[in-house]
Amino acid sequence: MVAGSGKAAARAASDKAFEMLLGRLLRSGVILAAAVVFVGGVWYLAQSKSEVENYKIFRGEPAELTHAAQIVRQAGSSNPLGLIQLGLLLLIATPVARVVFSVAGFAIERDWMYVVITLLVLLTLLYSLASSSLAARP
Amino acid sequence: MHLNALAFSLVVALGSFVAGFLGSLTGLGGGVVIVPLLTLLFGVDVRYAIGASLVSVIATSSGAAAAYLREGYSNMRVGMFLEIATTVGAISGAVLAAHLSTSVIAIVFGLVLLYSAYSSTQIHEEMHRGLPPDQFATLLKLDGSYPTPNGLETYHVRHVPLGFGLMYVAGVLSGLLGIGSGAVKVLAMDQAMKIPFKVSTTTSNFMIGVTAAASAGIYLRNGYIDPALAMPVMLGVLLGALTGARVLPGAKVRTLRIVFGVVIAALAVEMIFQGVKGRL
Repeated sequence: MVAGSGKAAARAASDKAFEMLLGRLLRSGVILAAAVVFVGGVWYLAQSKSEVENYKIFRGEPAELTHAAQIVRQAGSSNPLGLIQLGLLLLIATPVARVVFSVAGFAIERDWMYVVITLLVLLTLLYSLASSSLAARP
Repeated sequence: MHLNALAFSLVVALGSFVAGFLGSLTGLGGGVVIVPLLTLLFGVDVRYAIGASLVSVIATSSGAAAAYLREGYSNMRVGMFLEIATTVGAISGAVLAAHLSTSVIAIVFGLVLLYSAYSSTQIHEEMHRGLPPDQFATLLKLDGSYPTPNGLETYHVRHVPLGFGLMYVAGVLSGLLGIGSGAVKVLAMDQAMKIPFKVSTTTSNFMIGVTAAASAGIYLRNGYIDPALAMPVMLGVLLGALTGARVLPGAKVRTLRIVFGVVIAALAVEMIFQGVKGRL
C-alpha cells in the first residue's frame, strides 16, 4: 500500500513537471502563430485599398489558400494572405505538437497504455489533417 | 455596409476583443459569441464565421493552457483518454457541416448557445465526495487529486462510458459549429463522470485546442478559413481572453455572468429565428 501510494505520488510529481513544459510549449506556439498572423495582417492592410470582400456569399477559398504546401509557397511568394494562412497553420499545428510531446512524456514514464491512447489521438488528428477524402470538395 | 479593408478589420477586431474578454471573464469562451457577432451584425456567411471562430478557439485554449496547468487542477489522463472521443466527434461534425444547410447549423447553434447561457448561471458546488472507485476508471488510471483549501483531495472518476459518449457529442458540436463546446465537455465530466468542477473546467480547456485542431484541417480544405476575416477575429479574441485572465482574480463575476448570460440567450433566440426564416 505504501509502495503503491509512493508510486502514485512520484507519478503526480512527474506529471506536474511535464504539464508545465506542455503549457510553455502551447504558449510559445500561440505567440509565434499570432506574430506571423499580425505581420501578414499589417502587410495585407497596407496593400489593399479596395473595399472589403463580400462575406455574405460563400465562395470558399482558392486552392492556394487551402492546402498546406501551397500556403507555404504563397507566403514565400509575397502574398500577404498566404502569410496570414501560414500563421493559422502554425496555430493548428500547436495542439498537434502537444499531443506528439505527450506520447514522449508517457513513454518516459513507461506508461504504455497511455502511449497507445495518445498515439490513437495523434493518428486521428493526422488523418483529419491529411485525408482529402474528408473534404467536401476535391 | 461599405467599409474599406482597414476599417472592417478594426471593427471586427474590436468586437472580437470584447467577445474574448467577456468569454474569459465568465468562463464561457469567446467562440460562442463570435459566430452570432459575425453573422447577425456583419452579415457574414455562417461557414466563414465558424471557420474564423474555430481558429480563435484554438488560440485561446492553447494561450490559456499554461496558466491553468500551473494551478495543478487539470487531469492529463482524463483529458487524453476523452480526446479519442472528441477528435473523432470533431471530424464527424466538420464533415456534417459541409452537408447541412446553413439554416440548420444556425438553429443548432442557437440551441447550444441557449444551453451555454443556462449552464453559466448555475452555481457549482463540489459535491462528488467519497464516491467508491469505478472499475473502468481504475483500469484507465483516471482517478486523481487536486488542491483544495484543506490540502490535496483525491477523487474517483465514475460512469466512464457515459462520459465518453457525451464527449463524442461535444466533439460533433465543436466540429459542426466552430466552437470549443466547453459547456458540454464540463457537463460530461462534472455531471456524468463526477469529476470535481474545477478539474472539469480546466481539463476541458486543455482539451478544446486538440478537439478544434481535428476539424480545422477539414475547414481549411473546404475553404471555410478566410485569412482576411480570421486575422482580426483571432488576434482580437486572443488579446481579449488574455486581458480577461489578468482582470479575473479581482473581478466581481456574478453580475457580469448574468448580464452576459442574458445577452447570449438573446443572440441564441435571434440565431434560431433567422435560421427558421432561412436568412442565415
